Amino acid sequence: MAAIEANNITHRYGSVTAVDDISFSVEEGELFGFIGPDGAGKTTLFRIAATLIIPAGGRMTLLGLNTVSRYRELRNHIGYMPGRFSLYQDLTVEENLNFFATIFGTTIRQNYHLIEPIYKQLEPFKKRQAGRLSGGMKQKLALSCALIHKPEILILDEPTTGVDAVSRTEFWEMLTQLKHEGITIIVSTPYMDEALRCDRIGLIQSGKLLSIDTPDMVRRSYSRKLFAVTHPDKYRLLLALRSMTAGSLQAGTSGTGREAATESHTAAMPGPLAGSAEPFGDSVHLTLMEGAVPDDIIRALERAGLAGAAIKEIIPGVEDVFLELMKNGD
Amino acid sequence: MKRLMAFIRKEFLHIFRDYRTLIILFGLPAAQILIFGYAVRTDITNAGIAVLDNSRDEVSRDLILKLDASEFFDIKYYLNSYDEIDPAFRKGVIKAAVVFPEDMAARLTREGNATVSIIADGSEANNANLVAGYTSAILNEYSAGMTKAVTSSMPVINTDVRMFFNPNLESHFMFVPGVITLILILISALMTSVTIVREKEFGSMEVLLVSPLKPWQIIVGKVTPYFFLSLVDVIVILLMAWFVFGLPVRGSIALLISECMLYILLGLSIGTLVSTVARKMENAIFISFLGLMLPSLLLSGFIFPIENMPKIYDIVSLFLPPRWFVEIIRAIMIKGAGISYVWKETLVLVAMTLFFMVLSARKFKLRLEEGGK
Repeated sequence: MAAIEANNITHRYGSVTAVDDISFSVEEGELFGFIGPDGAGKTTLFRIAATLIIPAGGRMTLLGLNTVSRYRELRNHIGYMPGRFSLYQDLTVEENLNFFATIFGTTIRQNYHLIEPIYKQLEPFKKRQAGRLSGGMKQKLALSCALIHKPEILILDEPTTGVDAVSRTEFWEMLTQLKHEGITIIVSTPYMDEALRCDRIGLIQSGKLLSIDTPDMVRRSYSRKLFAVTHPDKYRLLLALRSMTAGSLQAGTSGTGREAATESHTAAMPGPLAGSAEPFGDSVHLTLMEGAVPDDIIRALERAGLAGAAIKEIIPGVEDVFLELMKNGD
Repeated sequence: MKRLMAFIRKEFLHIFRDYRTLIILFGLPAAQILIFGYAVRTDITNAGIAVLDNSRDEVSRDLILKLDASEFFDIKYYLNSYDEIDPAFRKGVIKAAVVFPEDMAARLTREGNATVSIIADGSEANNANLVAGYTSAILNEYSAGMTKAVTSSMPVINTDVRMFFNPNLESHFMFVPGVITLILILISALMTSVTIVREKEFGSMEVLLVSPLKPWQIIVGKVTPYFFLSLVDVIVILLMAWFVFGLPVRGSIALLISECMLYILLGLSIGTLVSTVARKMENAIFISFLGLMLPSLLLSGFIFPIENMPKIYDIVSLFLPPRWFVEIIRAIMIKGAGISYVWKETLVLVAMTLFFMVLSARKFKLRLEEGGK
C-alpha cells in the first residue's frame, strides 16, 4: 500500500486555482520531492496533506486514512513542518522540544534515538532562545520538533528556504538518514539542486504537476543535447545567443514590413542556430537547432564581436527540464 | 491533562519573557489608578463663590470678609435671594454658594448655634467636596475664635452642605470600578485575541492544529494564564485603591471577586471570538480597541454618566458588557450591595458569556480553511 495516495486534488482561492487536478502516490519509506517556484501550489498541497485544508475536489489518503474524514487519527501519525519558521522564538531550544513532545503525548527521552543525530548539534545551545539561533539551527530544531512523536510520514514545506548552503547539505543528509529509518517523507523546495537527493520528484508549476519521475529519469527526459556557453561578458553573450534562437528570428521577421533589411539579416545568419538560451550561473545553457554544430555558435558569436567564447556539452539538470516543460506548457 | 498543563506553562513563559506584555499586565493598572487618582486636583485656589447674606449682621459680615480674604476663595456675587443661586451657578463662574441664615449673631449668642448652608456644584464632585471642606474649615476657625471673645460656652456654626447636579455626591473614587472594568476588558479580550492571532501569524498554529491537541485544549491553554493574571490585577487595583486612596470594598469581597471572574470569562470569550476573525495581530488590536475599549470607556458610565446621554446611546450601552459590570461593582464596592441587589446584572453577564463562548467555540476552526469557496 502506498503511504500517500492523492487523486485529482484541486483547490481554489477565489478565482485562482492553487492546486489543479493533481494525482500522485508516494511509497512507504520514499523521499519524495516537490520542485517548483514560489506560488506553484506546493504549500497548499502540503496543507491538504497535513489535514489543514479540505480540498475543493479530489481525495487524499495518508497511511490509508482520508485527510478529510479521518483527520483526527491521522494527526497522530504525521509530522508537519510549515514553511515559515514556526516554533516559539521566545522559548529555548529545550523548552520548544519539550513542549512539542508533551502535546504529542511523548517525552524527549522516549524518542531521543530518533532525533539524536540532529539534536546532538543543538544540544550546546539548548538554553538559548529559538529566535537567536541561526537559520540552519532553527530548521534543525523545527525538524526535531516535527520528529519527536515518531511520525510515520513527515511533511516538510520548504524546510531549506533561507538556510545557508552548508546547513542545507546537512539537512538533506538528515532526511536521507530518516528515510533509512523507514519514515516516508514528502518535501518541497524551490532549489533544483536538492531534487537530486530525492527518490522521486514531481515538478509543479501553476498548480499543475508537470512530471513525476526519479531525478535521473527526469533529467534524461530532456529531449535535446544541451551545451553550456561561457564568455566573460555574460550579458552580451546572453543577448547574442537569444538573438540566434528560433523565437527571436520569427519575432524579427514578422510584420516589420522591412523585407530588404530582414533578408540581409537572415543572409548573414543562415536560419536560427539555437533552440533555447537560458542563463545558468556563470554560463548560458543552450540547445542547438537540427543541423547546427557547436562551432557554428562560436563563429556566430565572433561575428557578433564576442570572440573567445567557450562551448561544451553538459548533462541536463532538473532545472533545464523544468524550464523546457514550462515552455511546452505555455 | 498533562498536555494542557504543558500548554499553560508555555503560555506563562511567553508572558514572562515579554516585557511589553508585563508592562501592560501590571504597569498599566497601577499607572491608571495613580493617574486617575492624582490627576483629580486636590487643592483649590481662588475658587469663585457667591454669598447670600440673609443676616447682614457683624458675624456674617466678618465671615464674608474672612472667606474673601482667604487664598482659597474669591467672592464673585453678592446675592439677594435664593432664586439667584441657580442662575449664578449656570454662569459657570462659581463653584459654591454660601448662604447665611437670618439673625446669625443673635442665634449664636442666644441658642449657641447657627447653620450656614454651603451649596456646591456637584457635577464636579471632587471640587465640590473641597470647596465645602475649606468653607467649613474657615467657619469653624471663626467660631472657635468666638468662644473666647463672646461667650464662655461654645457657639457652633453648623454647616449644611448640599450638592447641586449630583445630589448624592458619588465619590470621585468612582473611577476605581471604571479602571477595573477597563483593565479587565483590555487584558482578557485584547491580550488573548492578540496572543492567539500571534500563533496564527507565526505559523505555530498550523503545528498546534496538526497536533493531537483538541481545539478546546488550545483555547483553554491560551486563556488560562490571562484568567489568573487578570485576577491578580483586580487584587492589585483593589489593594491600591485601599492603601493609596483609602477606598475600601464595602460589600463582600468574595462576591466582588466572583463577579470579576465572570467578567474575565466574558472578556476571554470575546477575545477568542475576535481571534477567529482576525488574521493579523494589528487587526486583532484594532477590533478589540474600537469594538471594546472605546465603548467601555465612553458608554459604560465610567467617565460620562449614562443618564446624561441621548437615549440612543443608553440603548446601545445595554448591549455592552462593561455597562452592566460597572454597575455591579459600583454597587458592591461603594454601596456594599449583596447578590440580591445585583442578580439581574449578573444574569445579563452570564447570558452574554454563554453567548460568546458558544459563538467562539463554533467559529474556532480545526483547519486553516474549508474547501475552496
